Amino acid sequence: MTETIRLLLCILIIPNVVLGMAAGLILLERRLLAVWQERLGPNRVGPFGLLQPLADAIKLLTKEDWIPPFADRPVFVIAPAIVMATGILTCAILPIAPGVGIVDDLNIGLLFFLAMSSLGAYSVLLAGWSSNNKYSLIGGLRSAAQMLSYEVFMGLSLMGVVILTGTFSLREIVEAQRDGWFFIPQFLGMVIFMLAGLAETHRMPFDLPEAEAELVAGFHTEYSSMKFGVFFIGEYAGVVVVSALMTTLFFGGWLGPWLPPIVWFMLKTLTFICLFILMRATLPRPRYDQLMALGWKVMLPLSLLNVVVTGAIKLATTGDGG
Amino acid sequence: MRVKITVDGKSYEVEQGDNLLRACLSNGLDLPYFCWHPILGSVGSCRQCAVKSYQDDDDTEGKIVMACMESSNEGCRISIDDPEAKRFRAQIIEWLMINHPHDCAVCDEGGECHLQDMTVMTGHDSRRYRFTKSTHRNQDLGPFINHEMNRCITCYRCVRYYRDYAGGKDLDAFGVHDRMYFGRQEDGTLESPFSGNLVEVCPTGVFTDKTFKQHYTRKWDLQSTPSVCVHCSLGCNTILGERYGGLRRVLNRYNADVNGYLICDRGRFGYGFVNSDQRISEAGVRIADGCTLESIDSDVAVRRFTSLIKNKESLIGIGSPRASLEANFALRQLVGKENFYSGASAQEFELVATVVDAMRNGSTQTPSLRQIESADAVLLLGEDPTASAPLLSLALRQSTRQQSILEAAKAGIPMWQDAAVRGLAQDSHGPLFIATPAATALDDIASETVRAAPDDVARLGLAVAHELDPKAPRVVKLGARLKLAKRIAAALLAAEQPLVVAGTASGSKAVIQAAAAVATALGVARAKAAAPWLFLTLPECNSMGLALLNAKPLAEIKQQPKGRGGSVIVLENNLYRRAKAEQVDALLDGKTLVVLDHVQHPTVDRARLVLPAATFAETSGTLVNNEGRAQEFHTAVMPTGAIRPSHGWLLSGLTACRPDEKHALSLEDLRAACAAEFPELASTWLSDESPTLRYAKEKVPRASFRASGRTAMHANVSVHEPTPPEDPDSALAFSMEGFRDPDAQLIPSYWAPGWNSVQALSKFQFEVGGPMRGGKPGVRLIQPCKDAPPSYPDEIPAAFAAREGEWLLLPLSRVFGGEELSSMDPAIQVRTSQAQLLLHEDDGLSLGLSEGDIVEIQSEVGSFSLPVAMRKNVCRGVAMLPLDTPGVGFLQLPLYASIRRVSG
Amino acid sequence: MGDEDSKATAMISILHSLWRVLRHTFDRRVTVQYPEERRVMAPRTRGRIVLTLDPDGGERCVGCYLCAAACPVDCIALQATEDETGRRSAEWFRINFSRCIFCGYCEEACPTYAIQLTPDIELGEYHRPNLVYEKEHLLISGPGKYPGYNYYHVAGLSIGGKDKGEAAAERPPVDVRTLLP
Repeated sequence: MTETIRLLLCILIIPNVVLGMAAGLILLERRLLAVWQERLGPNRVGPFGLLQPLADAIKLLTKEDWIPPFADRPVFVIAPAIVMATGILTCAILPIAPGVGIVDDLNIGLLFFLAMSSLGAYSVLLAGWSSNNKYSLIGGLRSAAQMLSYEVFMGLSLMGVVILTGTFSLREIVEAQRDGWFFIPQFLGMVIFMLAGLAETHRMPFDLPEAEAELVAGFHTEYSSMKFGVFFIGEYAGVVVVSALMTTLFFGGWLGPWLPPIVWFMLKTLTFICLFILMRATLPRPRYDQLMALGWKVMLPLSLLNVVVTGAIKLATTGDGG
Repeated sequence: MRVKITVDGKSYEVEQGDNLLRACLSNGLDLPYFCWHPILGSVGSCRQCAVKSYQDDDDTEGKIVMACMESSNEGCRISIDDPEAKRFRAQIIEWLMINHPHDCAVCDEGGECHLQDMTVMTGHDSRRYRFTKSTHRNQDLGPFINHEMNRCITCYRCVRYYRDYAGGKDLDAFGVHDRMYFGRQEDGTLESPFSGNLVEVCPTGVFTDKTFKQHYTRKWDLQSTPSVCVHCSLGCNTILGERYGGLRRVLNRYNADVNGYLICDRGRFGYGFVNSDQRISEAGVRIADGCTLESIDSDVAVRRFTSLIKNKESLIGIGSPRASLEANFALRQLVGKENFYSGASAQEFELVATVVDAMRNGSTQTPSLRQIESADAVLLLGEDPTASAPLLSLALRQSTRQQSILEAAKAGIPMWQDAAVRGLAQDSHGPLFIATPAATALDDIASETVRAAPDDVARLGLAVAHELDPKAPRVVKLGARLKLAKRIAAALLAAEQPLVVAGTASGSKAVIQAAAAVATALGVARAKAAAPWLFLTLPECNSMGLALLNAKPLAEIKQQPKGRGGSVIVLENNLYRRAKAEQVDALLDGKTLVVLDHVQHPTVDRARLVLPAATFAETSGTLVNNEGRAQEFHTAVMPTGAIRPSHGWLLSGLTACRPDEKHALSLEDLRAACAAEFPELASTWLSDESPTLRYAKEKVPRASFRASGRTAMHANVSVHEPTPPEDPDSALAFSMEGFRDPDAQLIPSYWAPGWNSVQALSKFQFEVGGPMRGGKPGVRLIQPCKDAPPSYPDEIPAAFAAREGEWLLLPLSRVFGGEELSSMDPAIQVRTSQAQLLLHEDDGLSLGLSEGDIVEIQSEVGSFSLPVAMRKNVCRGVAMLPLDTPGVGFLQLPLYASIRRVSG
Repeated sequence: MGDEDSKATAMISILHSLWRVLRHTFDRRVTVQYPEERRVMAPRTRGRIVLTLDPDGGERCVGCYLCAAACPVDCIALQATEDETGRRSAEWFRINFSRCIFCGYCEEACPTYAIQLTPDIELGEYHRPNLVYEKEHLLISGPGKYPGYNYYHVAGLSIGGKDKGEAAAERPPVDVRTLLP
C-alpha cells in the first residue's frame, strides 16, 4: 500500500517538478544571462521577478493560437506534443534518490533515455516539415542531421560507463560510483556526452536548427501561443534531463556526504544547468559545416577511442579474457 | 544629315549643324546650362555650358568653348569631363551664386529648381564669398506671377521669352552690371496672356506661380497626372498636380504636335473651379420649381434618376461641348440616338458643322498647332486667336519669323543662333494678313490689317480665292480691297507653306467658308506643291467630339410631337448660355429636368434632380480638339463625397433602369461601344494609354519617389493608413510604387536623376524639342479628302453697310472671362477686365459719347447697359460685345441694336 | 601539427572565455532601475519632436517640407502658408509618433532649426490616436537647442519687420534707375 502511494506520489511529483524546473529555468536563464552581462534581468514580476514564468505562461496561453493555412495541420499540432512527451517520459527513469523515482530500477534505463532523445528529433523534424515554410524546413533538416550525428557518439560516449559497470540500469550505475565518481575514469566520455547533450537539446552554441540570425526562428517560425510554449518547455525539460543524467552517470547521482541524497541530486543537476547557461552566455554559434565536422571528425573517433581504451583497460584489469 | 562627334572619347551621332549643347542633351549627357532653352535658342550669355573643344586627334591642349554656341560637325571632338572645363563651370556657378539669397526653404522653386540642379551638378557646395549680397525690391506682377528679384542669375531667359518669343511689351531688363533688374517699368499686372510660362522658363525662383503659393506643395509631394486643358478648343496638354485631395497646380505637358513647351495663362491658372466652394458636392432633389434643393444620398439619387428615365420615348438628352466624349456617348446610350441633342447653341452648332465639313470634305490639310510655327505666310480671317485660342496666336507669332529664319539659313546662320537670326531679321516679319472687325493682339507684327465686318471679311477672303483660282466666285464691288486681295494672294502663292486661319469666334459661317475657299483655291493654284494649311478654331474643348457623335441641333427639340411630360437630362451644360431664356423655359416647360454638372449655374437652379459630376480633373475621358485630335485626360484628384464622373451616373442609371439589356459598366466598355458605333472614333482608344496598360505588370505611379507624409496626412482622421484609391479608368496608380520609364506612354511628370526641374523633359525626348520617346501625341481622327474636287460657296455675302442709328453687335472673345469654367477662378477673375462695348471712336463721337460712358444697348430682344470703350482700329458701324458679359444673357449675334447714352 | 595546436588553443580559449564570463558574476550591475531611477539624458538624445520659436518669438518653421521629405517612415505631414507680409509658416503640421522611429533626419534636414528632437522619451500611450501630434502639441515657447538663430535674418525674403536689404550680410536694395557707373 505505501509502495503504491510512494509510486503514485513519484509519478505525480517528478514530471511536475521537471516541468516546473523547466518553467523556472526561463527565469533562471534570463537572470543568469543578465548576471553575466552585468545586468539585472527580469525583476519586476513578483519578488525578485519570481512570478515571471507565470507571467510568461499567461502571455503564451492568451496569445492567438495560429495555425497557418498552408501548414500540414495534424502534423503541425502533433510535433510539439512529441517533444513534450519524450521529455516527460525520460523523467520516468531518473534515479533521483533511493526510493525516489518512477520506474524504480529499469534495467535498460540508459537505452530508454537514448531512445527517447532520438524520438525527440521527430518533433523538430516534423515541426519544420509541416510548417511549409522555407526557414522552418531548413531548421528541421538541420536538426535532423545534427541529432542523427550526435546521437551516434552520445550513445558511444556512455558505453564507457556501461563497460565499467556492466549494466544499463541507472541505479546500479549510481551505486557503482560509491568508490569514485566516473568523471575521473570517464573524463573523455563525460565531455563528449555533455557536448552531445547540448546538441541533442539544441542549446546554444549548438542551436543551429533555430539560428535566428539566419533562419528567423528555424523549425518553430510558424508556431505561436502555447504550441510555441511547448517547444520552449520541451527544450528546457531536455536541459534538465541531460543535466540529471550527467549527475547520474558521471558525478555519483545522489551520492554525497551530510546532505540528504535528494538534495545532492538536485544540487548537482542545478550546477550542470548553470553550466549550460554559462556556455550559452559565452560561446558563439559555430557554422553548420563546423558543427558536422566536429561531430563526425572529432567526437566520433574520440568516443570510439574512449570505448576501445576503456574496454581494453577493463579486460586487462579483470583479466577475464572470456 | 547625321554626323559623328566624340564626347569624352565616346562617339555619338548628332544632327549636323546642331549646337553642341543640344546635341549633348539629346544624347542623354549631363551638361549644365542656363540661358539656352529649346524654344529660345542660344545666346551664350551665361557661360555655364563650357566644354573643352579639340582641333583634331593630335590636339591635347584644347580650348574652352561654349557648347551652345558651337555647331557640331563631322569629327568634332569635345570633352565635358575635362578638369579645366569642370573648373570653369564651377567658377561660373560660384559667381552666379554670389548674390543668390539663402532662400531655398521659402522659395517655391525649391525642389524643382534648375539652379539647384546645376549647382549640384557642377559640385559647387560651399560659398567662399564672405561679403555682402546685393538685394532688389520686388514688383507686384498681378494675380498670376510672384516676383522675387533677389534670386535672379541674369540669364535673360525671361525677357527673351516674354519679349522676343511671346511678343510681350511690359517686361524688360533694366540697369547695368550688378544692378541688373528684370521686371516691369513699374508695378502692375503682366499684360501678356502667356506670362505664366515664365514660371517654367525662369531657371530659378524669380518668377513663380502665385496661385500655387496659396496652397503650396513641393514638386516631390504632388501626385501628377497627365491631362488635357479644357479652356479652349486647342487641347493643350497639361500636368495636374494633386495634394491632400485638392488640385494644386497646372503645368505644361510637352506634346510635340500640340502645345510644345508652352501653355496660356487661361489654361495654367484657370483651374480654380475644381477646388471652388461653388462646386456641387451633393446630389439634390427639388420637389417643385422654386423650392430649395434638398440634398439626398447618392443611392437615393440613383433610384430617383432611374425612375425618371424609365420611359425612353419621352426622354431628351442634351450633351455638352465641354463634357468628355465618353460622357456624351453615355448620355446618347441612355436616351437613344434619336433623342440625343447637341448642347451647343444653334449658331455654334451650325458653325462647328461648317468647320467639320471643311475639314472632312475639303482637300486642304489641317496642320498641328506646332506645325503652324513653320508656316511662312498667314491669312487670318475674322477673329483674334489670342482671345479665342490663345496658344494659336503664339504659334502664329513664330510663323512670322519663318521667312527670316529661312533667310538666315541661306546666309549660313542656323536657327538656334537666336541673337544672330533676330539681328538679321530686325523688325521685319513674314507675311501675316489680318482681316477682323476689331484690333487683335497680332496687329503689331501683321504685314497688313483690315478692319471689316464679318461679311466684308468673307468677301475679302473669297476675292483672294478668286485671285488664286479663277473658278472661285468673283466678288464684285470690292473697291480698294481688290488690290489687297491681290497682294494677299501673291504672298500666299509665293510662300513655301501658306496657312489660312479662321474660326467660330467670328460668329460667321461665311468667314469660315471663305477661309476654306482660300485654302482650296491655294491648293489649286499651287498644284503640286505642299498642300496648303487651313486651321479652324472651335468654341470649346470638345466641340469637335460632340459634332462627331452626330448630335441633333438643340433647335429640333420643339418639333417633337410628344411635347409635354418626360424628362430632360442635361449633361454638364448651362442651357441659358446656349439659347434665349424664353426658349429654354419653353423647352423645359412641363418636363422634369435632370442636370449633371460640377458648378452652380441657372440651369442647375431649376433642375428637379441635380447629380454632382466630376470635373476634368476628377475623371478620365477623351476630348477631341479643333484639329480633330483625340486626347485622353486622366483622374488627378479622386472625387470626394457623392461626386461621380458623369458617365458613371449615366451608366448606373442605365443599368438600373434597363437591367435585362447588356450595358457598358466601365469606361473601357463605354469606349468599346462608342468605337463600335462610330468607326471614325475607333482609333482613339487603340492606343496603349488604355486602363489595362501595364509596364512589367505594374501601373505608372503618379507620386514621385520622394512623396512624403503617407503615414501622417490622414492620421488626424485615423491612424490606420487607408489604402490608396483605385483608378480603374487609367494605367496610372495613386501611389509611389509602380513602373517609371522615360519610354512609357504615360509620363505623369518630368524627373531624371540630377534633373529635378521641368528641364528634365529633355530626358524624355528623342532629341531636345522633338517628339517624346513614349508620350502619346493623340490620335488625329479626321483626314482631309485628298481627291475632293475644289468646291466654293455659291453665295457671296453682300457688302456690309453701316446703318444709320443702328450698330451691328458682334461677339468679342476675351482671354480672361470669356470662357465659362476658367471664369470661376479667383485669379482669372482679378485679371478679367470689366466688360465694355467696343466702338469706333468716330462712331462714339457721333453718338456724343466719351470713354467710359454707360450706354444702353437696345435691340429687338431686349436691352442692357454697359460702359463704352472707343478705339480707332475698329470697323465702322459695328459694336463689339464681349462674350459672357454678366447681366446680358444669351444673345444671338450678330444683331443690330441701337445705342443710347445713359450716364457719364 | 599546427592544426592540432590551433584546436587545442581553441579549446583553452573556450575554457578561458567561460571563466571570463563567469567572473562577471561579481561585477557591478549597469542596469538603471527606471522609473525609480532615471538617467540624465544627453541634450542631443533623440526623443519627442518639437517645433521651436526663433529668438524674436516667431514660429521658426517656414513650411519648406524638407523634414517630411527626409522622414523615412513618412510620418510628417504639413501644409505651408504665408501671411500677408510674406512670412511663411506651417498652416498645420502633424507628426504621427506611432510611426516615428526617432532617427532625427527631420532635424538634420531642417534649414531653420525649427524641428528639434528633445530628450523626452516617455511617449507611451494606450491609444494610438493620442500619438498623433498636431502643431499646437508640437510647438514649444522657446528656441530649443539653438538659441540665437533666426532664419529670416539670413534669408533674402522680406517679411513684416524686415525689409529687403536688412538681413545679415545684405546691401540695401539696388536703385535700378541710378545713372552712376
